[in-house]
Amino acid sequence: MTQTTALNIIPLFVVIPLTGSFLISILGRRFKALPDLLGFFATLGSLLAAIAAVWAINSYGTLVYSVGAWKAPIGIAMVLDGLSVFMLVVVNLIASAVCVFSINYMEHYTSKWKFYTLFLLMVAGMNGVVITGDIFNLFVFLEIASVASYALVAFGTEKHELEAAFKYAVMGTVASLFILLGIVFLYSFTSTLNMADMASVLAGGKSANIILMVSVLFLMGFGFKSALVPFHAWLPDAHPSAPAPISAMLSGVLIKSLGIYALIRIFYNIFGITAEISSILMFLGALSMVIGVFLAIGQWDLKRLLAYHSISQIGYVILGLGLGTPLGILGGLFHLFNHSVFKSLLFLNSGAIEYETGTRQLKEMGGLIHKMPVTGTTNLIASMAIAGIPPFNGFFSKLIIIIAVVQAQRYGYAFWAVLASVLTLASFLKVMKYAFFGELKKKWEKIQGVPAFMKISMISLAIICVIGGVLIIPTAREMFLDRAVDVISNGSNYASVVLKAIM
Amino acid sequence: MSLYLLCLSLFLIGLYCVLRKRNIIKIIVGIIICEYAVNLFFVLVAYKIGGRSPIHSPEQAIENMVDALPQAVVLTSIVIGLATTALLIGIAMRIYQKYGTFDITKIRELNG
Repeated sequence: MTQTTALNIIPLFVVIPLTGSFLISILGRRFKALPDLLGFFATLGSLLAAIAAVWAINSYGTLVYSVGAWKAPIGIAMVLDGLSVFMLVVVNLIASAVCVFSINYMEHYTSKWKFYTLFLLMVAGMNGVVITGDIFNLFVFLEIASVASYALVAFGTEKHELEAAFKYAVMGTVASLFILLGIVFLYSFTSTLNMADMASVLAGGKSANIILMVSVLFLMGFGFKSALVPFHAWLPDAHPSAPAPISAMLSGVLIKSLGIYALIRIFYNIFGITAEISSILMFLGALSMVIGVFLAIGQWDLKRLLAYHSISQIGYVILGLGLGTPLGILGGLFHLFNHSVFKSLLFLNSGAIEYETGTRQLKEMGGLIHKMPVTGTTNLIASMAIAGIPPFNGFFSKLIIIIAVVQAQRYGYAFWAVLASVLTLASFLKVMKYAFFGELKKKWEKIQGVPAFMKISMISLAIICVIGGVLIIPTAREMFLDRAVDVISNGSNYASVVLKAIM
Repeated sequence: MSLYLLCLSLFLIGLYCVLRKRNIIKIIVGIIICEYAVNLFFVLVAYKIGGRSPIHSPEQAIENMVDALPQAVVLTSIVIGLATTALLIGIAMRIYQKYGTFDITKIRELNG
């Protein structure tokens, strides 16, 4: 593969899902099997392109694609660097697993093609946010993904879904307006929208006040999108109300690609991290970590419990990334990958339970492992991964984060991280005990096993949970994680690297 | 300067409307006001007093033009706003069918 071929991969991440979405919206009503097939091949195609991009980044370094052959900083640039590739792999991996799961799961909703149209639109938006190098383009893709997710939360159109979707949509729109306001301030100061160009203008000095103002706006906007604690109120309503595959997408990748990725890209690569921002991020991370887990432990609604755990695990990611040392960033990114795998698996499991029994209340379940052995086993694996039990992937990433925090001599944060981990274990013991172990209740004796495609999707995610630890073996780490860590830890090089790569 | 302050107050009126009103439709109107304030601010940032429209022709010197980029960008932002508003109104209609009211204090079955 030559460099030109590698460059031509870049627009595919937006083009493939968008084409899929368009075709499904016009043809899906007539051909019943088409939405499943197109959805599956579109997400699989993006996943393969993401894996090719890992290879491209290792052979050619940072690549910049100029949309419509207009050279940046005038035209829109799409930047493929280590961090983008990392996020693309995460997004498309989860999207394809979720798509396989939906083939069976979405049968009991009407108009499956509408679901796939919105789903692929959301994937296109997330890929776009990750790949773009232009800050207004980032806002446009962010809104595409957000609007699709508002509609998907309301997909069931029952009382609770609508209420949650309205709340989410109102708060999400206000958060997007804060982001847009921040972009306006940045444009008025730098007179450019290209992120690399903007970074080089801001690095010229005399920009302390504008950066302070815009930092606050972006912390509010993107903090909302990633559900950090003072802005988390929408998440425990919106995530459980969506259909299970969408809960998996929202908790697994949406809050990460729209929230954390954008936050990190802007604070590390455009503004350049300062000690104040770093301590604010760490404080918000620790706060989310502890408050999320305390709220989770008392829940009896399975999906609501999982949603609160998302807040808590996002806290770990932000704590690691906010620390700013290479080890902390490695831990944060690795935990981001792991969390998206095991949290989407847990949501898919809760979907499988809901598909069979029709309930989400833990107290009504019991002994389900006798009837649903595959779901029970994958749920056990995912629970151990999220609680940080040794050979599973969650253990390694939490360990790296805690070691990094101790090395930086922030013992208080290390204590909270360990405490949150113990409480996570406790609440997942509760889930396993009430849902899967114990006596099988009489009313569940007639349920059959889970359909085949749902099993395939859950098993493949469970396998990634088990073997996920190999990503920190040196050779694999140099190819994948270290590339992303480099982009963040040498954040101020972003401008020069990208401007040099424009051809 | 007074233009910017008026723009800010428009934004704050919208925000007040979102935060304090109990009727769903009024909340949506508040969001629309907020959106207009941000779009207006974007155009104001690019405006120069006495500036002329940014059309380039061979016989004219390039001087004192207003910045054309925000005007193009704001169009995109308006279209995004349209999509969000349409979706919000769609959800509001469905909520009215299910709950029989637009009052958010009566639509509280979830407690997040």
